[in-house]
Amino acid sequence: MTALQQALSKGEFAVTAEVAPPKGIDVTEMLEHVEHLRGRVHAVNVTDQQSSVMRLGSLATCVLLKQVGIEPVFQLTTRDRNRIALQSDLLSAYALGIENVLCLTGDYITLGDHPQAKPVFDLDSITLLSVARRLQDGYDLAGNKLEGSPRFHLGAVATPGYEPIDLQLLKLKKKVEAGAQFFQTQAVYDPAVFARFIDQVKDFKVPVIAGIILLKSAGMAAFLNKNIAGVNVPDPIITEMKGAKDKVTTSIEIAARIIRAIKDLCQGVHIMSLGWERHVPALLDALRL
Amino acid sequence: MIITKQRLFSEILDSLVGEKTVFLVGCGECATVCQTGGEDEVKALSERLQQAGKIISGSVVLEPACNLLEAKRQFRKYRDLIEQSDSLLAMSCGGGAQIAQEASGKIVHPANESLFLGTVKRFGQFEEYCSMCGDCVLDTTGGICPITRCSKGLLNGPCGGSQAEKCEVDSEKDCGWVMIYKRLKEIGKLASLISTSERLRDHSRTVKPANRQLTRDKGVKK
Repeated sequence: MTALQQALSKGEFAVTAEVAPPKGIDVTEMLEHVEHLRGRVHAVNVTDQQSSVMRLGSLATCVLLKQVGIEPVFQLTTRDRNRIALQSDLLSAYALGIENVLCLTGDYITLGDHPQAKPVFDLDSITLLSVARRLQDGYDLAGNKLEGSPRFHLGAVATPGYEPIDLQLLKLKKKVEAGAQFFQTQAVYDPAVFARFIDQVKDFKVPVIAGIILLKSAGMAAFLNKNIAGVNVPDPIITEMKGAKDKVTTSIEIAARIIRAIKDLCQGVHIMSLGWERHVPALLDALRL
Repeated sequence: MIITKQRLFSEILDSLVGEKTVFLVGCGECATVCQTGGEDEVKALSERLQQAGKIISGSVVLEPACNLLEAKRQFRKYRDLIEQSDSLLAMSCGGGAQIAQEASGKIVHPANESLFLGTVKRFGQFEEYCSMCGDCVLDTTGGICPITRCSKGLLNGPCGGSQAEKCEVDSEKDCGWVMIYKRLKEIGKLASLISTSERLRDHSRTVKPANRQLTRDKGVKK
């Protein structure tokens, strides 16, 4: 059982963070970033070619984190690999000691830096979850028996601000039926929207880890609003960032305020610090986490 | 129908380098509707090529260009003109271009890019509704194809990428899954979305090159 799984099952407030593998093989800076998180988080997500930009692989990076004693969450998207490669990567992950897996569909290819590449999407987030569970049951998707079966802690993503929400709830229900054991959400900025969402998913009885993106500037907030689906930074927060004397302090204050407002509604927070990993301890200190 | 667009004139000219005499082949069906291979377009391209120094030995608009028997029949009428040409220029879809090659034995250059299996919304406006997956799901998706009208071709519901009901790939395009959801709600069949078990594409149904052979008694040859 992973540390993240243990925390969630014991009802401890879970804290996860996120790192992005570098474009290239120099992992020095990434490992420096991760050092700030050591001992402060239950696990660290490793993104899988996020925004369809080619980078060092998520699986290899997860192994590097594990080697330095940090528990990874292997993010796996269906954009670049067909069902043969995805099953194989799931087996590879387990063989290398990776058990937390976050199953995603993935952004579309043309949003990234290789827009001419072939979009795969042979599976989607739901079928990826059920394939992982099938491997756990000792069989591959074609029904062939495996020699030894993996054991995963399977996660899925949710977007509290998605409209129409009923359509997303249908999909989340299918994710739970397919085997999702926890949800990590898109960034939350409006506690009211999040509260409504939690009310709608409470019957799933799956722990929800609320996403928090540390704002670096007012411009970044505007960028998120324009470009990231389901993220809506309210105007007062943008104004607050605009008037900030010290952007880091204000950013941490905003994040801490949101987390305090939603802490009792969810089972953990997922902090996406986008290179500001060094400021995550201050945020957690402020929250006594 | 097959939606086509004409290649850049410079690309067409590049493909004809070293060739002097060209015979043009149009198509009376899809390419005529797309204005890429009808009588008017054949005439216009013919004039432009002549201005660029090419000799146009002749032209024919096939009905349609993708039918081997039609192509052979028409090409017989123009045998001498075709024989004296260095190559043929196919103003049709890629199917028509290959049929022109099979029917004539000549070198055939494509004048068009073949884009998609399209529907005609109104004059000159074509949209892709069907991906010819060989495994139709329309019955359970409110008559709207998720494989085609969701950019990712997702079969089990929307991704998280849509904003204001528009697709993450193109904010001008409606999210296919939002369309499916609204339609199912409208016809009182949302339950079919909830009850449908997970779907997986069967890509073995579309192994290329596909073929299909009918028998004379209208059955399908096994």
